[in-house]
Amino acid sequence: MRKRSSQPFFWLLFGAGGMLSALLGMGLVLVTGVAAPLGLEPPSVMSYGDVLAFGRNGAGKAFLFAVVSLFLWHGAHRIFHTLHDLGVHAGLVAKLACYGGALVGTVVAAAALLWIGF
Amino acid sequence: MAIRRTYLRPMDGWWRRDPFFLRYMAREATSVFVVAYALILLWGLVRLAEGEARFDAWLAWLASPLSVAFHVLLLAVFAYHTWSWFAIMPKTMPPVVVGGRRLPARAITAAGVAVAVAASAALFALATVLA
Repeated sequence: MRKRSSQPFFWLLFGAGGMLSALLGMGLVLVTGVAAPLGLEPPSVMSYGDVLAFGRNGAGKAFLFAVVSLFLWHGAHRIFHTLHDLGVHAGLVAKLACYGGALVGTVVAAAALLWIGF
Repeated sequence: MAIRRTYLRPMDGWWRRDPFFLRYMAREATSVFVVAYALILLWGLVRLAEGEARFDAWLAWLASPLSVAFHVLLLAVFAYHTWSWFAIMPKTMPPVVVGGRRLPARAITAAGVAVAVAASAALFALATVLA
């Protein structure tokens, strides 16, 4: 029996991250990177207290984890498959760097979210 | 054995040869910016876990002109990602048949972009209301 490809699994994460970023990416960047820093949102929207309360809430925690990890898996998969187009051999080293990087980011996000408590 | 000198077509800058390839590479390049934004948020999560002073330092960095300029660029890139994502969608999903006719690709793309704009606007409004 042939060895099963791991690509459908990574493609699923790529697709989920791509969909989430396509739907909410613009809104997220607008809130966290443009509107809040420029004072176009109430000051509390990104305050330590409110973000901590959001991160301690179960749904908020799941949302933050999904956004950070799925965005990373989406980007890692796409970068890995674009390497060939740039003349870089997409071998084991590239695979470990791309998917390994996304995995490290996912673990760090989970650790930070668990660290802040519930 | 004689060394064969077969012609190898140079591939340097191949994607600049055709506007179609250029759009393809632009679409693929959005992934680098998606990762960059994810890392900014991840950095914020770590700062959040470290305490209020460290988190406020992250907020101060977010308010710097360099960061705001980068996020304006990110906004444009995410808009392109949204459009290109739903432009491919008719090719990646099973055909949708409505009233015996296959739903045209343009309708799927337009619907996807409309839902994304509505979802992003709702997120923005929700953040304002809940804050």
